[in-house]
Amino acid sequence: MSWTKTHLVGIEDLTLDELETIFRVTTSFKGILTRTVKKVPALRGKTVVNLFLEPSTRTRVAFEMAAKRLSADVVSVMGSASSIVKGETLRDTALNIQALNADIIVIRHTAAGAPAYLSRISSIPIINAGDGAHEHPTQALLDCFTMREHLGDLKGRKVTILGDILFSRVARSNLWALTKLGAEVTVAGPSTLVPSAFKHFGVTVCHDLKTALADADAVMLLRIQHERQAVAHFPSLGEYTSMFGLNKTRASWLKPDAIIMHPGPINRGVEIDSDLADSSRSVILQQVTNGIATRMAVLYLCSGGTPEALGETSDE
Amino acid sequence: MSKHALWIKNGRIIDPAARRDETGDLFAVDGSIRKSLTPAQKKSAEVIDANGLVVCPGLVDIHVHLREPGQTHKETIATGTRAAAAGGFTTVVCMPNTSPPADNAGTIQYILDTIKRDALVNVLPTGCITEKMEGKHLAPIGSLKRAGVIAITDDGLCVQNNEIMRRAVEYANMFDLLVMDHCQDAALTENAVMNEGDWSLRLGLKGWPGAAEDVIVSRNVILSTLTGARIHCQHISSANAVDIIRRAKQRGVRISAEVCPHHLALTDACLKTYDTHFKMNPPLRTEEDRRAIIEGIKDGTLDCIATDHAPHTDYEKDQEFDYAPFGIIGLETALAVSLEVLFHSGEMSLSETLGLLTRKPSTVVGIDRGTLRTGAPADITLFDPDEAWEVDPARFFSQSCNSPWNYKSLKGRVKTTLVGGEIVFNRGNVVR
Repeated sequence: MSWTKTHLVGIEDLTLDELETIFRVTTSFKGILTRTVKKVPALRGKTVVNLFLEPSTRTRVAFEMAAKRLSADVVSVMGSASSIVKGETLRDTALNIQALNADIIVIRHTAAGAPAYLSRISSIPIINAGDGAHEHPTQALLDCFTMREHLGDLKGRKVTILGDILFSRVARSNLWALTKLGAEVTVAGPSTLVPSAFKHFGVTVCHDLKTALADADAVMLLRIQHERQAVAHFPSLGEYTSMFGLNKTRASWLKPDAIIMHPGPINRGVEIDSDLADSSRSVILQQVTNGIATRMAVLYLCSGGTPEALGETSDE
Repeated sequence: MSKHALWIKNGRIIDPAARRDETGDLFAVDGSIRKSLTPAQKKSAEVIDANGLVVCPGLVDIHVHLREPGQTHKETIATGTRAAAAGGFTTVVCMPNTSPPADNAGTIQYILDTIKRDALVNVLPTGCITEKMEGKHLAPIGSLKRAGVIAITDDGLCVQNNEIMRRAVEYANMFDLLVMDHCQDAALTENAVMNEGDWSLRLGLKGWPGAAEDVIVSRNVILSTLTGARIHCQHISSANAVDIIRRAKQRGVRISAEVCPHHLALTDACLKTYDTHFKMNPPLRTEEDRRAIIEGIKDGTLDCIATDHAPHTDYEKDQEFDYAPFGIIGLETALAVSLEVLFHSGEMSLSETLGLLTRKPSTVVGIDRGTLRTGAPADITLFDPDEAWEVDPARFFSQSCNSPWNYKSLKGRVKTTLVGGEIVFNRGNVVR
């Protein structure tokens, strides 16, 4: 097992071996989080800058907590409070953060490709916390980690991603991660939000909900992203719910022990019935919890930590 | 112009318009091509040794952005025409999307005055179809014609309202003035930054379907049929559009079309690293589209090559992909790229390839250039079709260096460019 990357731009670039390394390190850190002292000195003396140029609650807080659990100093910069609004370019913002001796930049951006662009400019690690409709790698890592906790090896398991696939970076990152892990992935939803060309990426495209959900081991629901849709891709939220919303009847088409996932934020009553979101099959809050250990693993590995050294650290 | 004789010796003279391809000498006196020189003229002639070089008509580009007035941080008429000379172009047609747009006779006069003062090659201005290029009210098309425009276009934007487009072509046709159209349906391309397809899905960038071009090309075929006026479709990039134009031409519809070197050479797979030097409008499309436009140019469906030379500063291009402006420069790489894609690849003969850059674009805009016939202006380009060179962004004569071929190796290099019998570019240097 090895890790040689400086940046985490997307799951598409990762090998299966690298995914396994992240999961192994995540498991170690998850153990730490159950202790009374939930902190290790792995990144002591280092500074993590969260550059969030698009609104976020879960991801930003999870990255902040992850950095703090690793004993790093954390500074969070929000888009509305940054010099970007004064016309500073992303390049200059990043170079200034580097000049302030930051050690890692975690970036969330509305423009796809922004982390890839920064990774070519920056001499310090760039971690993608979501870029436009491109990738959200740490979300897919925590999703797959959570699925493995419940389902074990994902090889041959049927995972259905349901909803707004076209505009979803979560769907793309999961699609790469799950196919690398050997899962059978189905993307489902209205034809305008699930273009058939997705089948070229090794997944099944399905517009019939019953077929999509039948015998699934896990279903991942995605929020309908109104803010990304220039014009309506479907008639109304009401019609979406009636055609594709997950309710009790439809959930019964899944395997009996199947889990229900959602990256958040949830729109209760739209893509998922409120009761189902709170049901025992829902692992939505476990995903959130796993988000901390996953981001600890990514921060640790990208700043040069090795899985081997971790054994010693966690025994301190 | 100084009275002077020119003797280009021992070159491979290719004049596609005259079906001429032979090794020999080319003569000119006082800026026009002559069949021969008198003994006295031979004695005093300026001699250029063209041994091992191709001697062809000066290249003609009917689609460039010189950015003057108003965007002179990107390019000027002075720098843009030096780039043209370095690329072997002796005549360029400049687009009217300047600041302010060239939608009135006064701005055209300003452009013509600047051309007279600063231009190193022939520059023919175009005017706007609509006021401020807003697509709402017709620009003073008659006054623009009288002021000296060679065509009208809202290039960069496409007239969306079919009634306005219909009236524009109907009205301009009265003056025998060509309408050029940038074919893009606005509603189908809102916020789009690249071709819609596997690559846009993979990269998470907003896709731009070829259908957005096809719909407007179809519209233009229909309006040309209705009005009897010719419409020129700019920078065709989609396979379907090629098919639509081919069928229209078979029916005798007066439609013409151009294609850019980058659409002949590159595809949307080039965008995989979000490099903004591959962001242009229309976008790079699929291999299938690329093959279709090569077929289109081979069978005459597409009339000519034009660069859509679109300079932008390095800091404008050095941004997130969504925010960077569309466009790349092309004047200094067009000949080599065209030779690579069409001639060196074996798709066409050298003469056929050069025809697309000389006589054919001249015919599209109705000018008497792009030939070496006796009496024609002595606009001449000498180049080595086989010389390989590396594109160095620091050495462009254009004020901008936003080229997808930076640091790449190309084959085919311009040696000397003459306008009206005068050398304007020679062995890597412009004359002024």
